[in-house]
Amino acid sequence: MGRLSVNLCGIELDNPIIPASGTFGFGYEFAELYDINELGTFSFKGTTKGPRFGNPTPRIAECTAGMINAVGLQNPGVDKVIAEELPKLKKCFHKPVMANVSGFAIEDYAYTCERLDKEEQVGWLEVNVSCPNVHGGGMSFGTSPEAAAQVTAAVKKVTTKPVIIKLSPNVTDIVSIAKACEDAGADGISLINTMLGMRIDLRTKKPVIANKMGGFSGPAIFPVAVRMVYQVANAVNIPVIGMGGVSTAEDVMELMLAGATAVEVGAANLVNPYASRDIIRALPEAMDKYGIENLSDIIGQAK
Amino acid sequence: MKQTIFTITENTSLTATVYRMVLVGDTAGITTGQFVNILLEGQFLRRPISVCDCQGDALTLVYKVVGKGTRQMSEMVPGQTLDVLTGLGNGYDLTKAGDVPLLLGGGVGVPPLYMLARLLRSQGKAVSVVLGFNTQDEVFYEDEFKALGCTVTVTTADGSYGVKGFVTDALPEAYSYFYTCGPEPMLKAVYKATATSGQFSFEERMGCGFGACMGCSCKVITGYKRICKEGPVLTKEEILWDA
Repeated sequence: MGRLSVNLCGIELDNPIIPASGTFGFGYEFAELYDINELGTFSFKGTTKGPRFGNPTPRIAECTAGMINAVGLQNPGVDKVIAEELPKLKKCFHKPVMANVSGFAIEDYAYTCERLDKEEQVGWLEVNVSCPNVHGGGMSFGTSPEAAAQVTAAVKKVTTKPVIIKLSPNVTDIVSIAKACEDAGADGISLINTMLGMRIDLRTKKPVIANKMGGFSGPAIFPVAVRMVYQVANAVNIPVIGMGGVSTAEDVMELMLAGATAVEVGAANLVNPYASRDIIRALPEAMDKYGIENLSDIIGQAK
Repeated sequence: MKQTIFTITENTSLTATVYRMVLVGDTAGITTGQFVNILLEGQFLRRPISVCDCQGDALTLVYKVVGKGTRQMSEMVPGQTLDVLTGLGNGYDLTKAGDVPLLLGGGVGVPPLYMLARLLRSQGKAVSVVLGFNTQDEVFYEDEFKALGCTVTVTTADGSYGVKGFVTDALPEAYSYFYTCGPEPMLKAVYKATATSGQFSFEERMGCGFGACMGCSCKVITGYKRICKEGPVLTKEEILWDA
């Protein structure tokens, strides 16, 4: 066990750094540049029951210290992920990977998780409850404690792997939703997903993104992440993965002080493909500077 | 893909809004029709710019000032450095050219055709080039293509210079294959007006520029492609318009 190691739901990570879903594909683009086994793990591209092309383009808008995306969960569907992506990944990544799952009905989540449960390479299921519920008037599962708990319970029934529920910050009471997931059997909580945002082009006088609105991420949302991780970590007794605008080793330590057991890095990977690796390499020196011997010692230390 | 620090050796204006920047650094692996992605201080996302030319350790970019990022680039001076991701995208395939290839460029879609023209000329091909602009003041690189030994026709939409009209109004009678880059309405017109197969270079708003974020996906006959990774060059046969 090294200075950086943490235990995430019973699985030891060499370090707490996890590239976030949607910013790391299935890892190959990054494996061209460096050995991705240096990562704690990574959360692969959000996977759904069937294939999805996603939203029309433009899907991306730049913001001050961040960006908006409305990709719309483009992915080949769980069958192809298992048949094609996971065998390819096996060649360049030898650690348990985090499978990120999305759905538009509770049955979809259960189907996809049941399929992924049988895959040896998958260490954790990270369940994104920010998607609209087609049977619930399009409202996101993650905006109601009841719906989030229903998804959690349905997924827990079909898997023995740790289930981490990824929460949306676009809610009035994040703590009640996190607690509902914990009560329904969640093994961990990850947050925050992107914040709903929008940009308008002054020349065309139209929204920049074809979908009009999208998920705002990047360093601009970091303080919101710290706040929500702090609130949730102090309210639940399961591990919390913190994310939202993380771009430095200092950000990692700050989120861990707020209560995060591990930390996901998102938008930073898109700007600097080495970002996650650079953060891992910068951690020991940054820890020395603040007198931190082992990273796991500081989890939730800020009171 | 490679991350490299380049040093600017030239940054001059060609027209009121179009600039040429020459950078020196590790250009290994850069091919014609690719793009580079430039990190600019104070801007969150990198700026994808097509490769105009690449010879030895010199990388030439010809770009148009359209927003704050390209404005910032235009204000940089020789000696300053830039963090650049190179080797991005699937460029033009020269093996399809035939003996008398045609190159069709519109506006800021002209630059990526320059390196292609140079390489095709070095193979001894008789290269015809049609360059389309809105008006005379916007014309650039006519002489540069002529210096390569290409047969060059310039069109302007308002007729203030060269042939009045669009690139499709000045197609030569015979050509073996074509390569094109320009605004989407022009690409659509080229698609309809051309008699042979060809390759199209597309533009899209990108997140990462190296295939990770799926921000620039488009539908093609065989499924989908990422403009930044399997593109920006697509063949005529695989394009699905309005998809």
